[in-house]
Amino acid sequence: MIWPFSRRRAAAQRVSAPGTIQARFKVEHAGFNLDVELNLPGQGVSALFGHSGSGKTSCLRCFAGLDQPSAGYLQVNGELWQDSAQGIFLPAHQRAVGYVFQDTNLFAHLTVRRNLQYGLRRIPASERRIALEQAVALLGIEHLLERLPDTLSGGEQQRVGIARALLTSPRLLLLDEPLAALDLKRKQEVLPYLERLHRELAIPIIYVSHSPDEVARLADHLVLLEAGHVSASGPLKETLLRADLPLVFEDDAEAVVDGVVTAHDHAYGLLCLQLAGSQIDLRLPHGPLPLGQSVRIKIKARDVSLSLQQAEGSSVLNLLPAQVLNWINIAEQAHVLVRVQVGSEQLIARITRYSFDKLGIYAQQPLWVQVKSVSLLAPG
Amino acid sequence: MPLSKADFAAVLLTLELASLTTLLLLLIGTPIAWWLARTQSKWKSPIGAIVALPLVLPPTVIGFYLLLSMGPHGVIGQLSQSLGLGTLTFTFTGLLIGSVFYSLPFVVQPLQNAFEALGRRPLEAAATLRAGPWDAFFTVVLPLAKPGFITAAILGFAHTVGEFGVVLMIGGNIPGKTQVASVQIYNHVEAMQYAQAHWLAGGMLVFSFIVLLALYSGRSSKRVWQ
Repeated sequence: MIWPFSRRRAAAQRVSAPGTIQARFKVEHAGFNLDVELNLPGQGVSALFGHSGSGKTSCLRCFAGLDQPSAGYLQVNGELWQDSAQGIFLPAHQRAVGYVFQDTNLFAHLTVRRNLQYGLRRIPASERRIALEQAVALLGIEHLLERLPDTLSGGEQQRVGIARALLTSPRLLLLDEPLAALDLKRKQEVLPYLERLHRELAIPIIYVSHSPDEVARLADHLVLLEAGHVSASGPLKETLLRADLPLVFEDDAEAVVDGVVTAHDHAYGLLCLQLAGSQIDLRLPHGPLPLGQSVRIKIKARDVSLSLQQAEGSSVLNLLPAQVLNWINIAEQAHVLVRVQVGSEQLIARITRYSFDKLGIYAQQPLWVQVKSVSLLAPG
Repeated sequence: MPLSKADFAAVLLTLELASLTTLLLLLIGTPIAWWLARTQSKWKSPIGAIVALPLVLPPTVIGFYLLLSMGPHGVIGQLSQSLGLGTLTFTFTGLLIGSVFYSLPFVVQPLQNAFEALGRRPLEAAATLRAGPWDAFFTVVLPLAKPGFITAAILGFAHTVGEFGVVLMIGGNIPGKTQVASVQIYNHVEAMQYAQAHWLAGGMLVFSFIVLLALYSGRSSKRVWQ
């Protein structure tokens, strides 16, 4: 089946360079200020990441037009939705957004089918780019259509909420921590569908989350919010590795790299990957995957150690040649985060300051990294 | 024949008055309740207090002031006279206006509670699904607040049926025009016709019990949508 938003088709239609989303919101509540300026890519998943109270949801509500900031500007792929300087403010029901609420917010008095039709029917037929059957198949909710929302599990409700938002044929899809209210099992149930959205739809998605795992797994672009301000914004991998932002995920600093499946060692149950754009191999315990499939993996800084020689007789599986880029001391702690180049990808190593001095680390230094643990995020 | 012709007329008039009052109150009470449920205006408390006044005032007090304002020199009286309607005291229309004031809180408060319980969230969902404010009100708020509307209608109707003091002050006791069941019971008791009073009073007792029974069993049973 060809999805109406499939990237292939959209790319063919898009003659000019991909657009952008530009936003500026200034909200002043009692005790809380949001003052953000964002330049996001006009496609793919942009994650708004931060702790609770950092202003993620406030920011998303401004995108949707649910809150009116005291000063604001919003342009989505060439469409101006808001500009307080010109007195332009499109209310929520006039914006082509799809909004997925954290607690789904389905209409309790309507069946799943009627919930899905609610938005669909309010879109002029000429603007509909996705049919009910397509959204239903995409989210795997065929069997739920005649049920009432309160008879569904949390994961099912969330999938219905996503389908309902998609059926308004949005030009911007906003997801407010869609997995936060779900337990681990339900998260695992919904995540593949979110990845599918990412792969199969050409709509830009803004994804609010406070979960590093979700962000690493889904995002292309990362925005870090702290106390209502943007502390960093950029492509996911670069932003995760920015040495001036060691506390992105605090103690859980990590790198995300892409690879391709090259083999599977059945005897030892190891999956072999090659890092994207290089000849460097990685192995990790994992079941077989189709050869040639691209995957995204996460390597935590605490699982990476450095050595000057190619260590022999080590139990560590992955020993990779690397070059030091730069490093940062974590204030008043015994650790240093060192950023290294491995092939065309970058990793972060979290080592003690003692070891740092002992090894005499300097910029451009060639050395070896030992990667103790690699986790597969998702087929990328 | 336990009920006289006048008794029947009084019962019919009571039902007519209560039905019209309930209808008017749902029309007037809904926007008031909506405003009270959503506003952050400093006027919320004073307006809310005014709406609630009939709950605590003796009906004779409401009736007295309505009588004055509907009289030839009162505000309502001057308005109705300038419209060529004459004064409204001792008319069915006057009674209707009095009943609307008298039963207002019994309609506004259940609606206000229902709207407050609903919160902003269903409206926000509707807005992100392209429903404008009116559209969202009729397709989301009304159905979700249906139990509140049913409660409001039943309470407004039943309370109007039980009205006595206000009627006596502004409507008097004109058979077929303003003589409602509660007044008719009073007439029977005055005339020592206890048997006839029993039939009407007993009927109202049973009616009220059934209404409240319906209300409470409707509340306790699981809400069934659609």
